[in-house]
Amino acid sequence: MSSFNEVITSFVEGTPKAEVVSKEKAKRVYKHHEMSLTERLTAMIEKGESKGARNAYTVIAVIMAIVIIGCLIYTVSSLPPFGDPSNPANNEVVKKYIMDGIADTGAINFVAGMILDYRAFDTLGESTVLFIAASAVIILLFRKKTSLEKKVADIEEKIYEDKHDVILRHGALILVPFTLIYGIYVILNGHLSPGGGFSGGTIIGAALILYNLAFGDKSTKKFFNFKVYKVITIVALSFYAISKTYSFYTGANHIHSIIPKGIPGNLISSGLILPLNICVGIVVACTMFGFYSLFDREEI
Amino acid sequence: MIYIQYILVIFLVICALSVCITNNLLVSLIIFTAYSLVMSVIWLFIESPDLAITEAAVGAGITSILFFITLVKVDKMNEGEAKNE
Amino acid sequence: MFSGLIHNFYETAAIIVFGIGFVTLLLNRNIIKKIIGFNFMDTAIYLFLASKGYISGRMAPILYKEATPTLTKYINPVPAGLVLTGIVVSVSFTAFFLAIAVRLYREYHTLDLHEIVSIMNKEENEE
Repeated sequence: MSSFNEVITSFVEGTPKAEVVSKEKAKRVYKHHEMSLTERLTAMIEKGESKGARNAYTVIAVIMAIVIIGCLIYTVSSLPPFGDPSNPANNEVVKKYIMDGIADTGAINFVAGMILDYRAFDTLGESTVLFIAASAVIILLFRKKTSLEKKVADIEEKIYEDKHDVILRHGALILVPFTLIYGIYVILNGHLSPGGGFSGGTIIGAALILYNLAFGDKSTKKFFNFKVYKVITIVALSFYAISKTYSFYTGANHIHSIIPKGIPGNLISSGLILPLNICVGIVVACTMFGFYSLFDREEI
Repeated sequence: MIYIQYILVIFLVICALSVCITNNLLVSLIIFTAYSLVMSVIWLFIESPDLAITEAAVGAGITSILFFITLVKVDKMNEGEAKNE
Repeated sequence: MFSGLIHNFYETAAIIVFGIGFVTLLLNRNIIKKIIGFNFMDTAIYLFLASKGYISGRMAPILYKEATPTLTKYINPVPAGLVLTGIVVSVSFTAFFLAIAVRLYREYHTLDLHEIVSIMNKEENEE
């Protein structure tokens, strides 16, 4: 509030706001890392005249962006033409993935075979990044509600229970089962058609969010709470890590693997890819719903 | 077919520019959602259906939901302050 | 030079969108706008990568109506795998940044970065 008063008094006395700011800045010398980029520029160009410095910052930023884009566009203009089969990107790695992919992994979707078999540890790291992001969001936003807040939330739930939007409720009643089934289809067919754990898991998470929006908090908590979230995510991630470690321990190209490949093209085939897809899907679905729930109500 | 791709790419650039220019946060978020959807169509054109399905679910779905919920939450906090004062 | 740009129109668009996202990130003072700018830069890079794997006249890398694959029938699957990883990471950091934005709003009641910095400086001076 004190700053507001100062501004008011400065207006009454006739001194403009910029001078107040400059006086405050003169009080104390800031360390370099404490200043924002604009203020560093301010200090660099001239102390006090923050408006001029801001304009200079804008101009410098635009010039910098234009120079960078110019350099990049000049590079793009001399790249090999788009869609040419003899591009340097299409080298022997692609040949290996396409020609030996089915014999090695058993998946007829080469991308799924690549990210869940050849580069499976990469995908484990990716799921772990998602898990760590969820943990960070929990640390930042999770808050235990006091008993008073819980009571208020209960009363609000009771008041609004009958007043939930009718159109949303009936629409969700039709849409949620189909969305869930579509998500499960995308996960289970990850090695046969486009899709896989990430997209399917996201679709299931979206279905859960729609259910939560339409039917309220209480009905969701019956089957999904913080404990369930913890157990499911950790079990899925550990299963992924252990099974893939086993697979790499027996030889990266499955020299003595006991896991059958099956016939390529069947639903149950391609060794470990199907269970790994299911694991990734579970982790992603739980994390997406967890994000939503944390942002909305600061709890899972 | 190539002209449709030109149109989509131009639409992409226009979306990005308008997000940069608009001052209203809600409008810029809606344009961002449209941008993601156009991006997923472009990925169908360059023969990457895996990316298209993931971008449609993630970029146009979950990311937009997160942005909108952040806006709603900020507005709620604003109202609470007004009440307290 | 110009014909090269038209040949590689996906890459050119990717670079332009990257630049616009960069400018949004630098010039906008609103935190949510900055996060949107970051997302633009992400998608631009994914578009660049994925368009490098495209080969005209070939199909998506999924086995189609044959027992053993022929090399000249499918496009490059490597960029698709890389970008798939990137998309999920971009969602993670978006959620993380948004959580930080919510916390900042709870603390300082504004989303403007300059105001937040000036309030922080004022608080330090009072101490």
